[in-house]
Amino acid sequence: METIAIPAINMSVIAPEMILSVVAMALLLINVFVKNEQKGYLGYLSIAGILVTLYSLTIGWGAPQDGFSGSVVQDNFAIFFKGIFLVSAAMSILITDQYLQREGCNQGEVYPLMLFATVGMMLMASGTDLMTIFLGLEVLSVSLYVLAGFNRGSIRSNEAGLKYFLLGAFSTGFLLYGMALTYGATGTTKVVKIAAAAQSGMVSSNLMLVAGMLLMATGFAFKVAAAPFHMWTPDVYEGAPTPITAFMSVGPKAAGFAAFLRVLLVALPVFKAEWSSLLWVLAVLTMTVGNITALYQQNIKRMLAYSSIAHAGYILVGFTAGNAVGTSGILFYMLSYAFMNIGAFAVIILVGKKGEENNNLADYAGFGYKHPALGVAMCVFLFSLAGIPPAAGFVGKFYLFSGAIQAGYIWLAIIGVLNSAASVYYYLRVMIYMYFKEPTEDFNWVRLSPAFIICLIIAIAGVMIPGVVPGTILELAQKAILM
Amino acid sequence: MLDNVWLIPLFPLIGFLINGLFGKKIKNEGVIGGIGTLAIFCSFLVSCGILMQLVGLPAEQRVFEKVIFPWIHAGNFKADMAFLVDPLSAVMIMVVTGVGTLIHLYSIGYMHGEEGFYRFFAYLNLFCMSMLLLVLGANMLVMFIGWEGVGLCSYLLIGYYFEKKSAGDAAKKAFVMNRVGDFGFLIGLFTLFWWFGSNHNIWTINFMEIKAASHLLPYGGVVTVATLCFFLGATGKSAQIPLYTWLPDAMEGPTPVSALIHAATMVTAGVYMIGRMSFVFIKAPETMMVVAVVGAATALFAATIGTAQNDIKRVLAYSTVSQLGFMFIAMGVGAFTGGIFHLMTHAFFKACMFLGSGSVIHAMHHALHHGHLHDDPQDMRNMGGLRKAMPITFLTFFVSTFAIAGIPPLSGFFSKDEILWQAFSNPYHGDLNKVVWALGCIAACFTAFYMFRLVFMTFFGECRINPKVKDHLHESPLVITIPLMVLGVLAAVGGFIGVPKLIGILPNYFEHWLEPVFELANEYGKQYAHMHEHSHSLEWGLMGLSVVIAAIGIFIAFTMYMANKSLPEKFTSAFPGLYRAVYNKWYIDELYDFVFVNPCKSLGNLLWKGFDVVIVDGVVNGVAKLVMAFSAGLKGLQSGYVHNYAMGMALGVVVIIAFYVFR
Amino acid sequence: MVSLHSYLILSAILFSIGTIGVLTRRNAIVIFMCIEMMLNAVNLTFIALSKYLGNLDGQIFVFFVMTVAAAEAAVGLALMIAFFKNRESIDVEDLNLMKW
Repeated sequence: METIAIPAINMSVIAPEMILSVVAMALLLINVFVKNEQKGYLGYLSIAGILVTLYSLTIGWGAPQDGFSGSVVQDNFAIFFKGIFLVSAAMSILITDQYLQREGCNQGEVYPLMLFATVGMMLMASGTDLMTIFLGLEVLSVSLYVLAGFNRGSIRSNEAGLKYFLLGAFSTGFLLYGMALTYGATGTTKVVKIAAAAQSGMVSSNLMLVAGMLLMATGFAFKVAAAPFHMWTPDVYEGAPTPITAFMSVGPKAAGFAAFLRVLLVALPVFKAEWSSLLWVLAVLTMTVGNITALYQQNIKRMLAYSSIAHAGYILVGFTAGNAVGTSGILFYMLSYAFMNIGAFAVIILVGKKGEENNNLADYAGFGYKHPALGVAMCVFLFSLAGIPPAAGFVGKFYLFSGAIQAGYIWLAIIGVLNSAASVYYYLRVMIYMYFKEPTEDFNWVRLSPAFIICLIIAIAGVMIPGVVPGTILELAQKAILM
Repeated sequence: MLDNVWLIPLFPLIGFLINGLFGKKIKNEGVIGGIGTLAIFCSFLVSCGILMQLVGLPAEQRVFEKVIFPWIHAGNFKADMAFLVDPLSAVMIMVVTGVGTLIHLYSIGYMHGEEGFYRFFAYLNLFCMSMLLLVLGANMLVMFIGWEGVGLCSYLLIGYYFEKKSAGDAAKKAFVMNRVGDFGFLIGLFTLFWWFGSNHNIWTINFMEIKAASHLLPYGGVVTVATLCFFLGATGKSAQIPLYTWLPDAMEGPTPVSALIHAATMVTAGVYMIGRMSFVFIKAPETMMVVAVVGAATALFAATIGTAQNDIKRVLAYSTVSQLGFMFIAMGVGAFTGGIFHLMTHAFFKACMFLGSGSVIHAMHHALHHGHLHDDPQDMRNMGGLRKAMPITFLTFFVSTFAIAGIPPLSGFFSKDEILWQAFSNPYHGDLNKVVWALGCIAACFTAFYMFRLVFMTFFGECRINPKVKDHLHESPLVITIPLMVLGVLAAVGGFIGVPKLIGILPNYFEHWLEPVFELANEYGKQYAHMHEHSHSLEWGLMGLSVVIAAIGIFIAFTMYMANKSLPEKFTSAFPGLYRAVYNKWYIDELYDFVFVNPCKSLGNLLWKGFDVVIVDGVVNGVAKLVMAFSAGLKGLQSGYVHNYAMGMALGVVVIIAFYVFR
Repeated sequence: MVSLHSYLILSAILFSIGTIGVLTRRNAIVIFMCIEMMLNAVNLTFIALSKYLGNLDGQIFVFFVMTVAAAEAAVGLALMIAFFKNRESIDVEDLNLMKW
């Protein structure tokens, strides 16, 4: 047996995670003393915590350092992704309180849980050891299972939570098995050492390593909702409380991509031929299944779930390319996706009322005239999701697809463009209902709280500014890629 | 100061946002107009500061590029939001912000009481911002944004009285014609970008980078193609043959708009663009020839039409087209400095005349309104003798008219004479130069004629307005006349910064100032054309000739409209066909309708009913139905049962592993 | 001395049994137990490999997996109780409100 050396601990690397965890635990305690109708303040406290964390992140930009003997790293890549997580968490928290009050399930635990989930995502983005990545993923997943089933009184929410839990745990099994095989083949769980072992051929069994890689890929594919591991997505998104759906559709997906990218690009670049061909197929399947099924949806929340599957497909296109343009495109797209998707969900929450979520397309008839400002906001988000300039969604897709073209995947780019053309149909259909159908309701229950207004303004700015002047964000993204 | 160049377009943008967003709520005209004017005035101050700083620098250091923020970086393609300050753009920002400020001020008085007062100022500010982007842009993309922006504002402002059908039609016409030109601009841009990229791996649209690499460009060939495309863009924006017909119609807009956009600034964008890319244009002798010939033809053609119009603004509009023609002559014969010089002096005197005509129309309108008469306030046949009622307007207008006619020592004399002299003496196009020169001289004669016809009909003679309301004709308020006076003074003395060397009372500051910008172009020009020395006596002679020509024009106008007023009628009855042709603008609009518009309409109809409805819609609907059927099938897979989902995942894993591990 | 291969094959068999159990059983608790079985099969792999490679990383990993499995069990059972309260069943066939 070897002696156990005390590893070099560098606490400053995980300082942001520590801050956020401490805030979350403090909130759990404070929650006990807060009256039921004032739980919203916990939300503002968590946003304060997030802002502090965000600030502590920016300090590390451009000065990568690692800690815990190379188990975690704070590089630009991790920081960029953590920025996405924190921004999306903050925006989701802004729209949570009003929804929970309305549905009568405003337990204060929701905020610590969201923060813990965020900590999990941050660990996934930072993790340079399979162990750290696994732990981050589980911290994230366990929090999300609870969040998805958070509305205990609603049978749909129960069902969403349980379904997500069963399938999530199932996929964890595959991921873990893949990690075990990778460990067996290379003798280490650190991504850098795996890369070194794979490069130098110091691998006990190549077959084992490839199988391990593929099993890990399926685990991550589940997390990012890539076909055929996507089937949980529509059900869970539909059943979960809407702010949680908004939260789930962005952060965890980004976190899945962060870990996925690091494992494949850093640990296993040797097998690029294998994984890029696998991703090619996954990308095409994911885009096509997501978009085509979305065409038929009448429930807008479910439609956005399918659309989020399709978007994972677009991102996989950039991933397949695996070059600088494609990778920076992923970072750019993830960020803009956070704004447009959470913005769209925010509007969806506003259209609903207690007990009736009003998620059917027909419920949106004439909404654009009854609430012109919200209608315009929704149009901005939908245009961006559809990838119509000058919204950020267009620029992001442009970089993803041009990355694929640069890497020689012409057909993949063509399929992607065709897919995004098809997607325009179902996004525009919402607008048609909003503007060209006679209103059946007067929508007098729609209440815009200040938190919502802030969230929507941030979302619109986040969609329009990178859309019109993508340079600054793109430059950051280019500095944050893993090569 | 140079670092603060971004402030220049920022101020009008802020003005636009304030007036555009809150103007409706502000309501107070003084505040709205004040904000709009102050915004552009601040830009003017910053521009002055920048000019001062440039003057302080040694000549070769007067180029400064400021990247505001990185914009689009995709692969080889890189375009930043960046501004370029050099002597050329400094001249342009001074003209745009200076004349712009005066016209904003003027508009406060002129637009008083109009509905949508805030809208007008918001658009005017937006226009100024776009124009400043256009002239400051350090690469073609920023320039193109400005180029499109001014087109948009022009459209919005021509159609300002949108309840009038003619205004709407005019706006549409301007927009479509400009789009034709923009298409040329884009093709030119792509050609140049592609050529540099594929042949020399220089992927750039930045002007300074292109300038540094311009020695790689061949003479003629691809450069001719690219520059001809750019020139097409210029003809659209600057109203040259064949795309000039929108400008006279654009007079449907409020008069300050005509003065600012359709005389002083936007329409000169084409001239500026050629100046900005002089080092590319000069490498295509054929294009230069086309530019010169088109310019000369336009100058003469528009001048002839101007002689028979009765609407005061239309005369000025054709005059603008004609003067722009002069600027293109200058560009085409390689007299870039002369062209920009004329651009500047023209901005002074033409803005002054437009604003003067606005003042006249304003007075006429009020008088006619007072008497509840429905006579046309813009028709010169209703005017006459206004010099007594409106002394300031008359005086400034009179000075400007002398300037445009080319009477020394007013500004127009120096700039126009410079162009004609260069057309005569520059060696680029051989004998064709003399033809261009001759056309220019004739056009100058016509210019003097129709301008004095305008002045005589408007300000002299007896008053032809309905006598009932004659006493209600008043001089306009100070807010209108102050800009007139300032512009009048500029029109009178503005030429002294560019006095030809020959006269020698003052050094030619203007030429000296722009020398570094056009140095390279002149060098390239020397590669294929050799300068001849011309004797001073020839230059003196030609200068005298151009004065004589102007005097002849004035004399004819005087005889026909002052001394012997029956002459015009005799003339029209002697040549009825000619008169009608000129009066109807040589039937060019009708020709365009016949050749382009109507065939396009019928082709469109055919395609719509035959091709679109049957084939395209059929295919599209078929595909849509197929996809929807597919969609219905796919959603069936989503059964809602956990074990089915788990089965899908497990199958996925098995297939993937099986494929890669056991292949 | 049992060879590494035997351990790996055993754990693969256990993993497959777990997987098949997830696919075929209808009771949510049984499904969850099958998932636990899959995780423990992975643990077995880790420990066998750790012993074979002579490094401790694998065993540390197992501790984490066990901790995580415990957390998952707590959350999972809570979710099942909540579902049972509303639906009086933990049969996954009843998890079918949302589909298509």
